[in-house]
Amino acid sequence: METPYPNKMVVSPKHSSQGAESAFQKIILIAALALVVLLVAIFLSMLFHALPSLKAFGIFFPFSKIWDPVSGTFGALPFLVGTLLTSFLALLISLPFSIAIAICIGEFFREGLLSSFLKNVTDLVAGIPSIIYGFWALFVLVPIVRNFEIKLGIFPYGLGIFTASLILSVMIIPYSASIAREVIAFVPTDIKEAAYSLGATRQEVITKVILPYARSGIATGILLALGRALGETMAVTMVIGNSNRIPRSLFSPANTMASVIANEFTEATGRLYLSSLIEVGLLLFLVTLIINVIGRYMIKKMSIEV
Amino acid sequence: MKKRIARIYMFLLLIAALPTWANAVDLIGAGATFPYPLYSKMFYVYWHNTGIKINYQAIGSGGGQRQLVNRTVDFGGSDAFMNDEALAKSPAEILHIPTCLGAVVVTYNLPGAPPLKFTPDLITDIFLGEITKWNDQRIAEINPEADLPDMNIVVLYRSDGSGTTFVFTDYLSKVSDQWKRKVGRGKAVNWPVGLGSKGNPGVAGVLKYFPGAIGYLELGYALLNRMPVALLQNKAGRFIKASPVSASNSANVPLPADTRISITDTDAPEGYPISSFTWVLVFKEQAYRGRSEDKAKELSKALWWMTHEGQKFTEPLHYAPLPLEAIRKTEKAINSITYNGNPIPK
Repeated sequence: METPYPNKMVVSPKHSSQGAESAFQKIILIAALALVVLLVAIFLSMLFHALPSLKAFGIFFPFSKIWDPVSGTFGALPFLVGTLLTSFLALLISLPFSIAIAICIGEFFREGLLSSFLKNVTDLVAGIPSIIYGFWALFVLVPIVRNFEIKLGIFPYGLGIFTASLILSVMIIPYSASIAREVIAFVPTDIKEAAYSLGATRQEVITKVILPYARSGIATGILLALGRALGETMAVTMVIGNSNRIPRSLFSPANTMASVIANEFTEATGRLYLSSLIEVGLLLFLVTLIINVIGRYMIKKMSIEV
Repeated sequence: MKKRIARIYMFLLLIAALPTWANAVDLIGAGATFPYPLYSKMFYVYWHNTGIKINYQAIGSGGGQRQLVNRTVDFGGSDAFMNDEALAKSPAEILHIPTCLGAVVVTYNLPGAPPLKFTPDLITDIFLGEITKWNDQRIAEINPEADLPDMNIVVLYRSDGSGTTFVFTDYLSKVSDQWKRKVGRGKAVNWPVGLGSKGNPGVAGVLKYFPGAIGYLELGYALLNRMPVALLQNKAGRFIKASPVSASNSANVPLPADTRISITDTDAPEGYPISSFTWVLVFKEQAYRGRSEDKAKELSKALWWMTHEGQKFTEPLHYAPLPLEAIRKTEKAINSITYNGNPIPK
């Protein structure tokens, strides 16, 4: 059998010989490996294009704080700080809500109208394009944050790390919530019933049995949400204030790695400028990778203890 | 059923793989976003009149220059002229054809929107962060009739690299040595103070809800959105209101043959001080990469039309038309286009 055409196999069973089977496996394998090859290729081509900047600034690039396209001095520290601050702050804000949603759907209301309604809404939140979040944040959230800042007595920019984290936290809730609800729903009933039979209240069952049992799954969801927050571009760019200085407080305007690339890439002329932007991209790639590796390690430790 | 799905899938793949069929003489351009609304209007009318399609992609001036130099487009669009270094790296001689002028205005959000006047020093010191209050003595001196509030000044700038930022910082660098030393000119600069927002809509959007903010916008965008626009003092000492006419006037200065000139801080007494040309870039020698002579002819015709009949579309869209001297220069440039070394017949 020459043509590696999987549908043929289904239509006429007499052709499903050993050869077709192995051809089928090969196609599946190639398709799966294509992603890995692509990832490596992206990394290598970014590395190649970042070479001029790597040569010019070396190891200091992620730690130097001046980004001046006019004089050709590039350092990514303000963006690195901006990305990490917004992402982790967003995670912190979103966590109570996503776990509450997960417990609601996974434990309290497993079936019925409310459950499917909540489920659909969380999925919908994940599907809204980020530019819409950006617009909403700019026109609704920013004035609210401004009023809040006036009450606190700090300079009312309205735009800044705090606003960006707020909108990010909304955007990442579905990622952590949907995985957490699955693992919470999978907590074996006999364990829960055992706890009840010992006289545990529902609250105790949730905090002492369900959450500890499901924690590695919940952590996986958090990691996924964090990855989304690190790379989010459009909505953050619109409300973070795009200032290339190191933020002094959680309310100051800042910039993230993704948003500086989105802002400056199209008009970047000059080899060093362009390659510095690509190196910022490379840095984002590496930061995401490192956080993922650390996260996986932590999840693994957690699941062994259970 | 599965067979049908597979067939549809193959069919879609086939469609995606098809090259987009283009008319042999259709023209492709890419570049600056600033003249995009004007070019869309011009090319639409041109297509109606002549049947020639011109596809212009607003990808930014930097991209326009890159794509022309890489010879993937018939013409590039740029808000900034190519410097000598960039021209030296180009594979062949590039011509600059100005198509219109634009201006950058200073706009602000103050209660009651009082009309304001600014001197070059004042603008620079505000954007350097040295004047921080609206009721500062120096602003009040020049605007005695304005009721200035005790409010913090918040500087807004474009966070994305843009020709508008280039023109604005080019102006500041010309009028202030301190600005030139500390910040300089560029499509994106290291702003000493303030907040960045993406695009004209971003700056205008933030400005509208932010009392005390000051920013810069393209003239057309500010006029369309009825933003308050400051009068600026030009080199001759006059306070000039930004308009297509005053922007046009700013080009009433001796122009070099290749029109590569920055006209910010113009000497023209009636000229608005933050104006600039925008250019279409083409190769002088059109016979490259197997392009047909027809294509070269159509390109030259289209450029002629844009700088002559097409100019009537500038003012309704708040762009400034080319003044007469600039048109003479573009005629010379268009006539110098060759195909295999021979001038292109009209």
